[in-house]
Amino acid sequence: MTISSPPSDAGVFISARGISKQFAGVEVLSDVDLDLKSGEIHALLGENGAGKSTFAKILAGVHTPTRGTLAINGKQVDVGSPLNAQRLGITLIHQEPISFPDLSVAENLVLGRSQDAVLGRVRWADIEARARELMDMLGIRIDVTRSMRGLSIADQQMVEIARALDSDARLIIMDEPTAPLTPKEVATLFEIARKLRDEGRTIVFISHRLEEVRALCDRATVFRDGVLVGTEVVESLNDDDIIRMMIGRPVKDYKHAMEADIGDVALEVRNLSLRGAFQDVSITVRKGEIVGLAGLVGAGRTDVARAIFGVAPADSGTIHVAGSQVTIDDPSQAIELGLAFVPEDRATAGIFGTMSVENNISAAVPDKIAPRGFIRAALERQLARASLEQLKIRLASLRQPIMELSGGNQQKAILARWLHTDPSVLILDEPTRGIDVGVKAEFYDMIGALAAEGKAILLISSELPELLALCDRILVMAEGELTAEVLRADATQELIMQAAVPRTGSHAASPNLMQGVAAR
Amino acid sequence: MSRFFNELLHRREAGIFLMIVLIAIVVGFIEPRFISVETLRITALAIPLILIAAMGQMMVLVARHVDLSIGSILAFSSIVAGMIFRDMPELPVIVGVLVAIALGAALGLFNGVLVVLFRLPSIIVTLGTLSLFRGFVFLVSGARQVDPQFIPRSLIQMSQTSPIFGIPWLVIIAFVVAFVTYLFLDHTRLGRQIYALGSNPVAAPLRGINVVRVTLLVFSLSGALAGLAGVMYASRFGYVNPGITGVGFEFTVIAAVVVGGVSINGGVGTVLGTVLGVLLLGMVSVALPILGVSAFWQDVFNGAVIVLALLIDRTVRERSIRAMAEARSTA
Repeated sequence: MTISSPPSDAGVFISARGISKQFAGVEVLSDVDLDLKSGEIHALLGENGAGKSTFAKILAGVHTPTRGTLAINGKQVDVGSPLNAQRLGITLIHQEPISFPDLSVAENLVLGRSQDAVLGRVRWADIEARARELMDMLGIRIDVTRSMRGLSIADQQMVEIARALDSDARLIIMDEPTAPLTPKEVATLFEIARKLRDEGRTIVFISHRLEEVRALCDRATVFRDGVLVGTEVVESLNDDDIIRMMIGRPVKDYKHAMEADIGDVALEVRNLSLRGAFQDVSITVRKGEIVGLAGLVGAGRTDVARAIFGVAPADSGTIHVAGSQVTIDDPSQAIELGLAFVPEDRATAGIFGTMSVENNISAAVPDKIAPRGFIRAALERQLARASLEQLKIRLASLRQPIMELSGGNQQKAILARWLHTDPSVLILDEPTRGIDVGVKAEFYDMIGALAAEGKAILLISSELPELLALCDRILVMAEGELTAEVLRADATQELIMQAAVPRTGSHAASPNLMQGVAAR
Repeated sequence: MSRFFNELLHRREAGIFLMIVLIAIVVGFIEPRFISVETLRITALAIPLILIAAMGQMMVLVARHVDLSIGSILAFSSIVAGMIFRDMPELPVIVGVLVAIALGAALGLFNGVLVVLFRLPSIIVTLGTLSLFRGFVFLVSGARQVDPQFIPRSLIQMSQTSPIFGIPWLVIIAFVVAFVTYLFLDHTRLGRQIYALGSNPVAAPLRGINVVRVTLLVFSLSGALAGLAGVMYASRFGYVNPGITGVGFEFTVIAAVVVGGVSINGGVGTVLGTVLGVLLLGMVSVALPILGVSAFWQDVFNGAVIVLALLIDRTVRERSIRAMAEARSTA
């Protein structure tokens, strides 16, 4: 598919040429050319990490492009900062809206917009009257004198939209605006978006939900691995086209060497539900089996893992470990039952950054290094050394603070920590995120080897090739529910993506999908 | 109308006001002597220094910082002004006053620069300068007190004479400062930027707020007001002593501000609340001796009040966070 941007500049509000962005030497966006027209609603689509949000943030001045230029109405501009973007008529509405919780709604609307002298008088009556006017225009009923604190995310988003309206923004970028909204609020938002388009403004709409894109947008641009794959008129595309564009990359040809013997059921959860996070999730993992959990960000995969491990327990449903039903209300119970959980967000939930590598490795097994209640340094050293060899952790010294290590080595140390608890069930949440390709392969070998030892592994990953390479079975979640179960032999990226992308009438699997779904 | 009263009652200021009334009634019941014009006068004289410094401290807290060094700034301004009065009696009094304010502003600016430039937490910076500035006080004065005979009569009379209703000049100046602070914070864009910065420091620059400028401003204002309080110290007490003047002052001021409902987490606080907080602590400091309570208990009370006020602040904040979470889950 080729870029089908119009040849003429007529009606183009902003045009990007050769926009590229590198983070720490890694190119996350390369050579993006895109024209956004006045009076259109333009969808940006792509998998997690495809570069659509990065591109949006470059438009809004949050990031500065490493290369490339932007032009507004044919004139080259340097956006530079969010504030400057605002002056140029570009507004980004964040998923988590920016707000000043202690200030009133009206004040949040005007803050930073006035050009008056800083010691000039604030005209409260005018500000509040204007705020009420905007709220009426959007059909929202919020008392503009109340403080922002306590407003729902939906209302906060509406306040940001009102702000964009008032500042006469020409380009309004909405990053996943519908995720926290109820259907009724979504309808209101769409109505407003259409009204804004009809006034000649440009709306950029980032969403995972294809049915929303279909209902709202005029054109769609798909990103994949930091590259713009194509821009098409939405009407000319069907869902399969879009999905193919989103995933059509060559699959990395890694297959893990070991095929473990699959044994008895090690972990079984039945009908697990947590209000507002996931519903009716049932998962079985056998000894020696690697079960993948696929889905887009926000599908509820991490919430399920946290519920199983007792970090944020489920409201209903049962958990069985090695055949018997158990109650897990906090992580220490989970550890005792032989569960281990390597969390997604290493920095906040995984490492003790300022503490030494050996302290980090021994953290989950105090009894092993302090047999009589006092830590014996020799035992701790011995324990940590064993891990170094087993997992090939590269470091300068076991005593150095763990945050000095590379991401991959930090992750290995955390894995080492949990392996010392000798778990029978290992839950890995995005274990290879932010890790170099070379080290990834090491991780794949390690995970395969652990399964071969008879451990049951639940692997959450957003990287489809990784799941396809490692897993015996892949479960797919969308919007808090399991939507498919795919066996290794049948698994393709398309099949998984079909189930992962939320669509209308949502979770009834399409016939196409059912072919690949294994009967239990 | 009832909605108006309802809202009024739910404001933090109403709670503090009720507490003031309650304490007055209780103390008056135990010791009828307490309810008198004389008490009112003593209370009024006890608060101007604290009130003026509290206005500065309040702005610093609203911006999500803290200024622990004001006691030493007060002392430095006070001792330099005193030395000018003593060694250069031919200069008009106003020179000493202006020098005191300017020096206070300079020391405050120094605090602000350290906070901004090195991104240090203000609690640590001002803990350091609390000691540093006190050192300056001893150095410039040679550890010598400025004795009462050198303090100009006109300055001392500021605490004793009154232009109207028998209210001393000192008290009038303090309330003028409070009113100007109110106008600044509630009715100018710069004032609102202080609240915005304290409410969400990450988002503030995204809204075009010059974080450096606002931070330097609040520390300079806090210093300038502590400097003004320094001259008023000389007026009120008639001497300046390097080892006594302003020692522990910061704690009284911070206590009053926090009691007045200013949040240590920034973004929240009103001039009215702060004034009431100062009145409450001032009244108690007058009531305790009248009740025959030992002066030692004064510190105990101030400490207890700070802890209590922080607990209330915390509870209020947690409740609103919970409300927000509920709003989110029903969204």
